Amino acid sequence: MGIQVRNISKKFGDTVVLDNVNLEVQSGELIALLGPSGSGKTTLLRIIAGMETADSGTVLLDGNEALSQKANTRNVGFVFQHYALFKHMSVFENVAFGLRVRKHQRFTEFEIRRKVMKLLKLVHLDNFYNRYPSQLSGGQRQRVALARALAVEPKLLLLDEPFGALDAKVRKELRRWMRRLHDDIHITSIFVTHDQEEAMEVADRVIVMSNGRVEQMGTPGEVYHQPVNSFVYDFLGNYNVFEGWKDDKGNAHLLEYEAEEAENTGPVPDSSKKSWISRYPEITGLIHKILPSVMPNPPSLLPQQSKIPRSPLLGNPVKLFARPHEIFITRVPDEHEYVKAKVLHLNPAGPLVKIEMERLSGEGLTVEVPKGIIDKLLIKRNDEIYVRPKNTRIFDE
Amino acid sequence: MSKTPTTNESFIVRACLIATAVAFIGIFVGLPIIIVFMEAFSKGIRAYFSALADDDARAAIRLTLLVSAIAVPCNLVFGLVASWAITKFDFWGKRLLITLIDLPFSVSPVISGLIYVLLFGANSTLSGFLERHNIHIIFAVPGLVLVTIFVTFPFVARELIPLMEEQGTQEEEAAVMLGASGWQVFWKVTLPNIKWGLFYGVLLCNARAMGEFGAVSVVSGHIQGVTTTIPLHVEALYNEYNFVAAFSVASILTLLALFTLVIKRYIEYRFPGEIKALK
Repeated sequence: MGIQVRNISKKFGDTVVLDNVNLEVQSGELIALLGPSGSGKTTLLRIIAGMETADSGTVLLDGNEALSQKANTRNVGFVFQHYALFKHMSVFENVAFGLRVRKHQRFTEFEIRRKVMKLLKLVHLDNFYNRYPSQLSGGQRQRVALARALAVEPKLLLLDEPFGALDAKVRKELRRWMRRLHDDIHITSIFVTHDQEEAMEVADRVIVMSNGRVEQMGTPGEVYHQPVNSFVYDFLGNYNVFEGWKDDKGNAHLLEYEAEEAENTGPVPDSSKKSWISRYPEITGLIHKILPSVMPNPPSLLPQQSKIPRSPLLGNPVKLFARPHEIFITRVPDEHEYVKAKVLHLNPAGPLVKIEMERLSGEGLTVEVPKGIIDKLLIKRNDEIYVRPKNTRIFDE
Repeated sequence: MSKTPTTNESFIVRACLIATAVAFIGIFVGLPIIIVFMEAFSKGIRAYFSALADDDARAAIRLTLLVSAIAVPCNLVFGLVASWAITKFDFWGKRLLITLIDLPFSVSPVISGLIYVLLFGANSTLSGFLERHNIHIIFAVPGLVLVTIFVTFPFVARELIPLMEEQGTQEEEAAVMLGASGWQVFWKVTLPNIKWGLFYGVLLCNARAMGEFGAVSVVSGHIQGVTTTIPLHVEALYNEYNFVAAFSVASILTLLALFTLVIKRYIEYRFPGEIKALK
């Protein structure tokens, strides 16, 4: 079933939940509605299902206006985040429910039995038909919910955070299984998620939403590699922001900071070895005045390191965005522009080593590099190294 | 409940606390129950049953059954409708409705009875209309039914509202998405989910409906064999110094109370999940 959503708007009180949303889904597609919580994606799904009303706009299902139809006549399957299985019914009865409540289409007990068992086989739960929901694991319950939704042969399947309540491992298994299932049965499906990895892995196309608006629609590759704005870029992965400027030719440059050496700096006291009170020089100074024997050396009020941009600020200031794996690190800077940063933490778990750093400007920086580079450069905590984004994006906002 | 060294008091402390609790319950609850039956049977089993077989006693029992047979179903329907409305929809005045449902609990039953006398009795605003149409409410059975409904209407709603609030509307939504109509949702999904909570509420409502004294006393008029319910009949017998008969009739209510408690305990034990929301 093809879906067209046109100019849908929705307010809850004064809060705008959906702001003139337009989107189109082709028949047989598997679509991810991706966005942070509060972006309106679940509300949109519930409007398409008929569980929520829109303030304005239309939804066309197979070209027919759907908003005037009641939810129980739209023939749309819905899967809830918390399964919403009927607690007092067995797995079999849960799946059979939709077949039994049909008014215009009566099934014989034999037909119901055949259909339900076929679906339970499809979700690998045919041995569990007489169990109750409370006797199943989360992943099993969600598969029952899916079988129940499919039992009425809907033309459209809507899934609201279908894996949201499951633990990480089951979630991964189940979403791969759902992708394969979709490849077999080709039912038009929309699922809501806030997990970009899940959306990327499962969906044919991803619709990124924020603040009640559609930010971008496209294949996972398109939205990841050609994000239209900083929100989409941000939402699809970790990133770093560099201050920069554009010259007359439109080339972007990094804006570098250099710490100005404070006057009379002796050896900088290592604050980590001192007691907490040394962080409050006013107090320690006072104690020194009253009881010189307790605190003989009042720590000097060190001047704050001031931030001075070294490179001249020419042209337009811009923000440069780069993913953690798009950053080059070195100990010896070459002719490129570099930013100096201090290593705070190394996380070697995973194929790439994750380095948390702090720039001289005080801003954090996350870099992911292959382990070989760390070993070659002998990088360890508190080292000061040079970083350069290999690939940056600028968004006009 | 697990015992940890921190909460495990010495034997003497434990023994004292347990003994105090048992003694208190024994004196204030156990003893009166025993005395009811001792007094009822003090002149033998025949006297007990003849007191129950008395015409006025039988009329009182019939009247009590009639009143609760009307009041309890009314409150069952009202409780269901009110809890459904309160938990499944949002509407203006919802908070006010929840507060009003609790009103009969906070008003003295005698005052409740008095309100009905003022509303329907002689010299009330409605009295002219009622007289013209020959409708008798005060000092008649309809009055007893009305005040009993008033006094007992919070029971069902108060059991169901927290239960339905906890269960939310997801299962209902799922049923609708599968094509069920409103009635199908109610009978196949909502009602099975709340049936034990509902039963529990009805049980408490019934116990109170049969045992209500204050409100009923005000509107009854105490016409022997016509408008006396069991509690009023007990009072009348007692005032006539007919102690054996008074306690015999009272023992019926006591048995009802004990029976209600046993069923209540059984439901709590058998369906803990559905009752826990009420606590």
